[in-house]
Amino acid sequence: MSAPNQAGWRPAMGEGGEAAVTQTASGDRGLMLEEPLIFELGRPGTCGIDMEEPAGAPVAGLAKFLRAEAPALPGLSEPETVRHYTRLSRQNYAIDLGPFPLGSCTMKHNPRLNEKMARLPGFADVHPLQPQHTVRGAIGVIVELAEWLVTLTGMHSVAMTPKAGAHGELCGLLCIRAALEARGDAREVILVPESAHGTNPATAAFAGYRVENIPATPDGRVDLAALKARLGPDVAAVMITNPNTCGLFERDMKAIADAVHAAGGLVYCDGANFNAIVGKVRPGDLGIDAMHINLHKTFSTPHGGGGPGSGPVVLSAALTPFAPLPFAQRTPDGTVRLIEEEDAPADHPQSFGRMTAFHGQMGMFTRALTYILSHGADGLRQVSEDAVLNANYVLRSLDDVLDAPFGKSGPCMHEALFSDEGLPDGFTTLDIAKGLIDEGFHPMTVYFPLVVHGAMLVEPTETESKAGLDRFITAMRSLAARARNADPSLKSAPHLAPRRRLDETLAARKPVLTWSGDQPRT
Amino acid sequence: MRYLPLTPAERADMLRTIGAGSVDELFVDVPPEARLPGPIAGLPGHASEMAVERHMTRLAADNLSATQAPFFLGAGAYRHHIPASVDHLIQRGEFLTAYTPYQPEIAQGTLQVLFEFQTQVARLFGTDVANASMYDGSTACWEAIAMAGRITRRKTAVLSGGLHPHYTATATTMARFTGDQLATSLPELSATPDDSAVIAAIDGETSCVVVQYPDVLGRIPDLAAIAAAAQSQGALVIAVVTEPVALGLIEAPGKLGADIVVGEGQSLGVGLQFGGPYLGLFGCREKFVRQMPGRLAGQTVDADGKRGFVLTLSTREQHIRREKATSNICTNSGLCALAFSIHMTLLGGDGLARLARINHARARATAEALAKVPGVSVLNDAYVNEFTVTLPRDARDVVRELADYGVLGGVSLGRLYPEASGLHNALLVTATETTSDEDIHALATILEAILVDTHEGAPT
Amino acid sequence: MTTYYTKDHEWIAVDGNTGTVGITDYAQSQLGDITFVELPPEGSAVKQGDAPCVVDSVKAASDVYAPVSGTVSDVNDALADAPELVNTDAESGGWLFRVTLADAGELGALMDRAAYDDYVKGL
Repeated sequence: MSAPNQAGWRPAMGEGGEAAVTQTASGDRGLMLEEPLIFELGRPGTCGIDMEEPAGAPVAGLAKFLRAEAPALPGLSEPETVRHYTRLSRQNYAIDLGPFPLGSCTMKHNPRLNEKMARLPGFADVHPLQPQHTVRGAIGVIVELAEWLVTLTGMHSVAMTPKAGAHGELCGLLCIRAALEARGDAREVILVPESAHGTNPATAAFAGYRVENIPATPDGRVDLAALKARLGPDVAAVMITNPNTCGLFERDMKAIADAVHAAGGLVYCDGANFNAIVGKVRPGDLGIDAMHINLHKTFSTPHGGGGPGSGPVVLSAALTPFAPLPFAQRTPDGTVRLIEEEDAPADHPQSFGRMTAFHGQMGMFTRALTYILSHGADGLRQVSEDAVLNANYVLRSLDDVLDAPFGKSGPCMHEALFSDEGLPDGFTTLDIAKGLIDEGFHPMTVYFPLVVHGAMLVEPTETESKAGLDRFITAMRSLAARARNADPSLKSAPHLAPRRRLDETLAARKPVLTWSGDQPRT
Repeated sequence: MRYLPLTPAERADMLRTIGAGSVDELFVDVPPEARLPGPIAGLPGHASEMAVERHMTRLAADNLSATQAPFFLGAGAYRHHIPASVDHLIQRGEFLTAYTPYQPEIAQGTLQVLFEFQTQVARLFGTDVANASMYDGSTACWEAIAMAGRITRRKTAVLSGGLHPHYTATATTMARFTGDQLATSLPELSATPDDSAVIAAIDGETSCVVVQYPDVLGRIPDLAAIAAAAQSQGALVIAVVTEPVALGLIEAPGKLGADIVVGEGQSLGVGLQFGGPYLGLFGCREKFVRQMPGRLAGQTVDADGKRGFVLTLSTREQHIRREKATSNICTNSGLCALAFSIHMTLLGGDGLARLARINHARARATAEALAKVPGVSVLNDAYVNEFTVTLPRDARDVVRELADYGVLGGVSLGRLYPEASGLHNALLVTATETTSDEDIHALATILEAILVDTHEGAPT
Repeated sequence: MTTYYTKDHEWIAVDGNTGTVGITDYAQSQLGDITFVELPPEGSAVKQGDAPCVVDSVKAASDVYAPVSGTVSDVNDALADAPELVNTDAESGGWLFRVTLADAGELGALMDRAAYDDYVKGL
């Protein structure tokens, strides 16, 4: 009589495990799947879409422009296409898989209701240049979202067209520039804290300003006295991030704004960290004149592997006339419209112009409005409270094993900042980050802000459960211990990810940016 | 609230670990007068999925969509059929909820897609290289102009009259800050674009000449002739492609001498979405790659010698160069680039060529039907899927009247050029593979009915 | 030939009226793998304190300041294909550009080797 369970586990199978199989014939290892390029898989003649060959010749005038051959692009059938991209997707970490504690990125859960609403044909299948009376619902979404953003920030209006945060910063600065020029007071300098994200000085330089640094105090905030000493008739504006890039609230924000205004300048606020205060604090009450909001951060629109984003800019009453076209508005009789070039001379004559074709990232507006309606005023307030609570929980659970440069001076806001102070020689922030990959997490933001050595900026967001935080904390404590004990395997982490550390030097010295295997290089 | 996992007991437990008595203590740095005492008044509270869906569905219903009406709009945004797999694949959480691939070991999915996308765009455009996408075609066009200024160290850009007016307006706004001088003009209502005017404007001070291909009226400029003239003066040629499907039928701009090719990728995979998010495409010659803005994915190897991909040449970007960056772009249009790439993979080169032939056949059928309507004449000698017709009166009014009959009949030039009254009787009409015979019949018969009341010689 | 050093870690080896400029070995060790060098155009004018040259590593772009004023007479073409020369041979084969001096008096503000070595020790 034969024993039961012939095909299942037997005690004798204990030995070996993963180490027993060093090479597979396929190159795959279990569910860790390798995937070639479409150029190695596909064939130009293959097509995964059924189309009939049209009858009839092209119009005569086209003859001299016709291309001789079809483009040299590979095609795949539908099953092969689905498989290719599904296999590739499995080599990505994502919010849907686990904590994504990137400081200043606000990697919160992306609700699927957002996706469903964005795909309603009334939003997805309408053209930006249809007559406005055929798209009142879509324009209504833009205006309703704008009204929420204005109320949440305590400002006057919103420029909805900027395509991303950096684009929004540019929009805000161009409004400021236009306003100063309109009052005959063109100024040349913008002051930016050293801790600011690189987009701030880059944008200011692009807008034609000279950028000067504002120093920080030992407790990580803008030095108000130094700022006041520098203000003068040549300072157009100050760009402040609040909470700042160290995760700290600028306590002197109102005093900063008052000082800048008294000197004739304006205050631009980088709203990347709005998640810390949304629903609890209105930046308008602190004296700002313009602030961009990252819908893909605070308002949950998906990051999509790098974009698209959306960066609407809330504006004061004084800056509103200069907002770019098209400008979304609810008229006194309640109808919604977009002011474009045709009506601008009468209704929005001081606009600084157009920043982009069409009218903004509508797909992100539907998602963000869906999210805002889901949370409501009470839910959004809970968002910022839980975000700040989670970050402080992480801070206090790790500040005995990692240096927290501002940990002694009080609580953090929505993100916790650590430095590499105290790590033994030869062990760096990068090693901790790469070790975190082996533990199954995406690393936190590293080496930003620049003002802290070996910075590690952790933003858990409010959608992280306590259990998820505890798992992350356990992993971080283990990594800190391995570093303290000079564990050499940390220096070559990660070991368990789809790829080990990649040669970025080679990629920069000898850039290979396209596939040329089946094509002669020109 | 369904998106907030913390329970009251957990919050209390965490506060104990932190050593704070309440969450408000964590906001101690916020001045008391700025701390709102409760949820902002006048705003609704949280709502169930069902309630939100009801609200958004009502707003969605208050739109006339392309699914509900014969649809002939183009002018820089095109309606094509997107295969069902595209939308399913981009909604996989590993693509949708991933971040910029700064940690390449766990982002090879995104990075390999970008490398494939860059290659597809470069081949489609006929350029050596392409980047990992920009916000949209209009900002990509501006970035190309700025790049040409940096390369040639010259200050004057010639923008052809056939460039989309939103692209011209965007460049005009930005050029005020870089000191680039833009020579712009309006399009002529002629059967072919005025290439000789563009060529005549090029001189030794010209950094670049910007030519849309096909142009805003759907006509096709002679890029090779313009490129020859530009090269003789040391100027760069920037070709702008707002409808990449057209490149299935007409020659790639890179092969005709364009140095930089930019465009709008929305036609493939992305969808109309009332204007965004869209997909900026950017390709150029290899020798200019370090001047190119935007992210780039590059091939390399890992510590085990396995092929892998990383973001590279990052020192051009603003988070490193700060004031001296090549541009201030941070985000690309990653998910849209993925959608484009999937759609292009399903098509393949032969499929794209067939799709372009179908588009042209539908446009030809539409043009022939409209040419039979009294008072309507087709302007273009040549077009791919978009052409211009002239009407006996202001096309803006005709478009509104067509909409009242449930037909989305095209884009009036008056909408695009409100101040150029000479263009106001013209209408841009686009047909794609989604355009049926019934749609064409509806447009032609209703247009005829609307125009039958027009008297010859009525004031415009 | 005399070599002078700056606080920004450039060296200039002066022979007659020509100075050869590069970055010090200390500087290259701080920058990591050099991936690209953006060199000034031959014939361009530079002023002391300008940044006519940029050295890229993977994660940073560092300005190289002109130690003296003058005209760029030559650049190191080998760096186009082998930027790693700046890592392996910063103080000779990895030189960046040559300049015809406008004012030899500017050299007085620079350090000699001993002073530079002391300066680096104090960092």
